[in-house]
Amino acid sequence: MALDAGLVGRSYPPSAVYEVGRVKIAEFAAALGSSDPVHLDVEAARAAGHPDVVAPPTFAIALTLSAAGVVVADPDVDLDYSRVVHGEQRFVHHRPIRAGDRLVATPTIEAVRSMGGSDLLTTRVDVTTEDGEPVCSATSLLVARGEG
Amino acid sequence: MSARVRAADVAVGTELPERVYPVTRADLVRYAGASGDLNPIHWSDRVATSVGLPGVIAHGMLTMGLAGRAVSDWAGDPAALVEYQVRFGRPVVVPDDDTGAEVTVRGRVAAVLDEGRVRVDLTVTSGGEKVLSLARAVVRLS
Repeated sequence: MALDAGLVGRSYPPSAVYEVGRVKIAEFAAALGSSDPVHLDVEAARAAGHPDVVAPPTFAIALTLSAAGVVVADPDVDLDYSRVVHGEQRFVHHRPIRAGDRLVATPTIEAVRSMGGSDLLTTRVDVTTEDGEPVCSATSLLVARGEG
Repeated sequence: MSARVRAADVAVGTELPERVYPVTRADLVRYAGASGDLNPIHWSDRVATSVGLPGVIAHGMLTMGLAGRAVSDWAGDPAALVEYQVRFGRPVVVPDDDTGAEVTVRGRVAAVLDEGRVRVDLTVTSGGEKVLSLARAVVRLS
């Protein structure tokens, strides 16, 4: 069961708008044990030069994981999700995500390959504001481990 | 928030302060809720062992997030991390007790780039074993 190389470059429609809330940023920061006030306190964030509270650098996963799920759910993508592990993750930030952002996530299949009986799928999710301002790109390598 | 590190104060070889983060089952539940990753291998021993894991494991993205926190706490600004990537190696097994597991993050400036940016290479371990590899961040310093 190998992934079809013809899938490389396939893009999917942008997600629904994800509106970033201050409480969500605070919740995500707390889940990482961070009490950095730029995540929690608007005045502290402004004093540090941000227009509103900013998200931790891995916050985008809250949107991009479900966007990558759209790829895995594509019937042409023959990947046994019950055997999938997260192999690699990369973020490139054009600017920090902040409260008030209205974001859309657009997934693309960047690479497919087989290695040692495992199927490897690389997805890139580009996150922009709904007006098209680039915010970040999240690249994920998913590995479906071969049987035995 | 710590004081900001300035580009002029770092060179190849500059080490970040070592950080040790405890990770308990409660932390996994909190991260599952905050991230929306409800995969039961991060909260159910029954499911985790049925897929061949020794027990419940931490979300790779939680480990990545903790290591990112070590970098942003050092840099003094979470927005300073302009690129950040990891490869997930060994899982962090989190026992169902009050102490859980520990994730230790060490970092070192591996390259000085242009425009005040530096590349930080991270060594992230749990129980003495490396859990992330190729973990590196590009950090923009003031």
